[in-house]
Amino acid sequence: MAGPVKSRLHRAATSPSQRGTEESPLVKWLLIGVAFAFLSLFLLLPLVNVFAQALSKGLQFYLNSLTSPDTHAAIRLTLIVAAVCVPLNLVFGLAAAWAVAKFEFRGKSLLVTLIDLPFSVSPVVAGLIYVVLFGRQGYLGPWLDTHNIQIIFAVPGIVLATVFVTFPFVARELIPVMQATGTEQEQAALTLGASGWRTFWHVTLPSVKWGLLYGVILCNARAMGEFGAVSVVSGHITGQTETMPLRVQALYEGGAGASGAAAFAVASLLALLALVTLGLKTLLEWKQAHDYARAQQTTPEAGPAIAKRTASTWP
Amino acid sequence: MSIEIQNVSKQFGEVTAVNNVSFSVKEGELLALLGPSGGGKTTVLRLIAGLEVPTRGDIFISGQRVNDIAVQQRNIGFVFQNYALFKNMTVFKNIAFGLKVKKWGRAESASRVAELLELFGLPGLGERYPHQLSGGQRQRVAIARALASKPSVLLLDEPFGAVDAKIRQELRDWLVKLHHDLNVTTIFVTHDQEEAMEVANRIVIFSRGALEQIGTPREVYEAPVNEFVARFIGVLNVLELEVRNGVARLNELEFPGHGLLEGQRLRIGFRPYAVQVSSDLSQYRCRAVLRHTFFLGVMLRVELELPSGLMIRARMAKEEYAQLGLADGHAVSFQIRQYRVLAREGAPLAPETAAVQELLPTMGEGI
Repeated sequence: MAGPVKSRLHRAATSPSQRGTEESPLVKWLLIGVAFAFLSLFLLLPLVNVFAQALSKGLQFYLNSLTSPDTHAAIRLTLIVAAVCVPLNLVFGLAAAWAVAKFEFRGKSLLVTLIDLPFSVSPVVAGLIYVVLFGRQGYLGPWLDTHNIQIIFAVPGIVLATVFVTFPFVARELIPVMQATGTEQEQAALTLGASGWRTFWHVTLPSVKWGLLYGVILCNARAMGEFGAVSVVSGHITGQTETMPLRVQALYEGGAGASGAAAFAVASLLALLALVTLGLKTLLEWKQAHDYARAQQTTPEAGPAIAKRTASTWP
Repeated sequence: MSIEIQNVSKQFGEVTAVNNVSFSVKEGELLALLGPSGGGKTTVLRLIAGLEVPTRGDIFISGQRVNDIAVQQRNIGFVFQNYALFKNMTVFKNIAFGLKVKKWGRAESASRVAELLELFGLPGLGERYPHQLSGGQRQRVAIARALASKPSVLLLDEPFGAVDAKIRQELRDWLVKLHHDLNVTTIFVTHDQEEAMEVANRIVIFSRGALEQIGTPREVYEAPVNEFVARFIGVLNVLELEVRNGVARLNELEFPGHGLLEGQRLRIGFRPYAVQVSSDLSQYRCRAVLRHTFFLGVMLRVELELPSGLMIRARMAKEEYAQLGLADGHAVSFQIRQYRVLAREGAPLAPETAAVQELLPTMGEGI
């Protein structure tokens, strides 16, 4: 870091007319170079490596390892878990965001804090919570046992752990969008005779659709990729309670040779999912910013209070 | 439709937004709810619409008590301050929304929307989105949307608040014309007294949740019931006087002190038009220096600085100003022809004291 600092001082000394806030081109390119080098080394290189390793034994091996029965089961389980968790969190997120953005009530800040809880709790702890609750030695274990319900080391446990870990995504995305939109459009719909349900479908939902989709995509990515919490509750039963991330670990621990390449093949699917998510996320961010700019144009003379509110709550 | 507000109060937690307000609106009237911000006027509008429920009191629309009738069933048109257009819908769909909700036929509602677009000077804009319209166009769409299903009452919250000064004047004229053409009972909220005076048939003045006065623009201007209304409507010069030797005075200004106690304090107010200015220094007893001249069109407003440093405002026609050969910095003499006692220390105001007091010519020359 001494380099850029020194050169900046040097330049400042030689050209006092230069604007105080402007960095010299050298510093600018150096910083950009450092950022790129860092990202290449720690993110791009491993990503490329995943695909390289996956295809190291040829395309046929790659396809075979993806279609092996156990891997197949893992992919299916991952899809099932996501198919249950994402709609659940979609509904929960909408309800929570609605409550926070459109009503004033006691305990609102507590609710917002609780929504953020999964972000601050280690996923392993999240998994353990359920083991302690529903496990054989847990509080509800004996009761579940007598009724022949299995949650831990079974699909319900995996779903529960995943719901816990992914529930902030939709709510977190929607709260600022809904706060920025306010309630006037909904009230206008009511004065025009629309029922609450109709107002929700025709006015509320269209105005938050991009934010909602954004939250759903992030939620889905996390639901499919979650390892820690799921690992604790799954029991790692190959072909039954193994999700894709667990399958990657199992295969990798199976040895460096063929099994290792198979691990990378499954990992490459997850990496692909990440790339698609990233692409969609960027697209939606652009869409949202675009709509937001339009909304700003719609009320350019809105009072300063409104302008301030949207500015401070927009992500 | 007529509207009747009876002893209505609205509490938001500890805050009393509307305090025991009663007034009635006649069929086909164009009424302004006027007051400073936080005065409760928007809450009254929302209570009439059904967007808020009164804590106490009753609201009647054409004789029917509507307290328990939901906003959807009240058959009102409401125009929000920032218009609240559905930004994901075209102008056509915005206006047709209420018709669709009320199950109008497709052809029927299409012709209604076309009719409104024509009436509101928006033909050809049906397929545009709100963000593609100017501020004035957006407002007209919002009003068209509110009127589409032929409501019995049109309610507008600060209709001219969100547009710039030039368009505001056009919109005022346009609203008056629209009301004249459609003759729908209309209530609008404003904090701008000039706007209320110019547009409304009658004005209801609010302050801190309470109704201060209701009357025609002329009534509230010429016969304000209290100091708040007098100060809020139009420009008012206010002086604090003290009675000494039987004369109420402030420095060099003197007013008759009959009926007042020695040492009593009182506050009087007078309109700028009640101040008569002369360039002849011997014509009136009071002297002043003309400090600033404001050109308001046909009328001018001048600020006079008294020897004590006190500033008072006077109003005169442009011709009179030219005739007197006045200019900033000139010394003038003046008299106050009419004034009103606004408040009196230690005694409630009797109606006869609060009424406009004409200074007799002899008195006028005497001060």
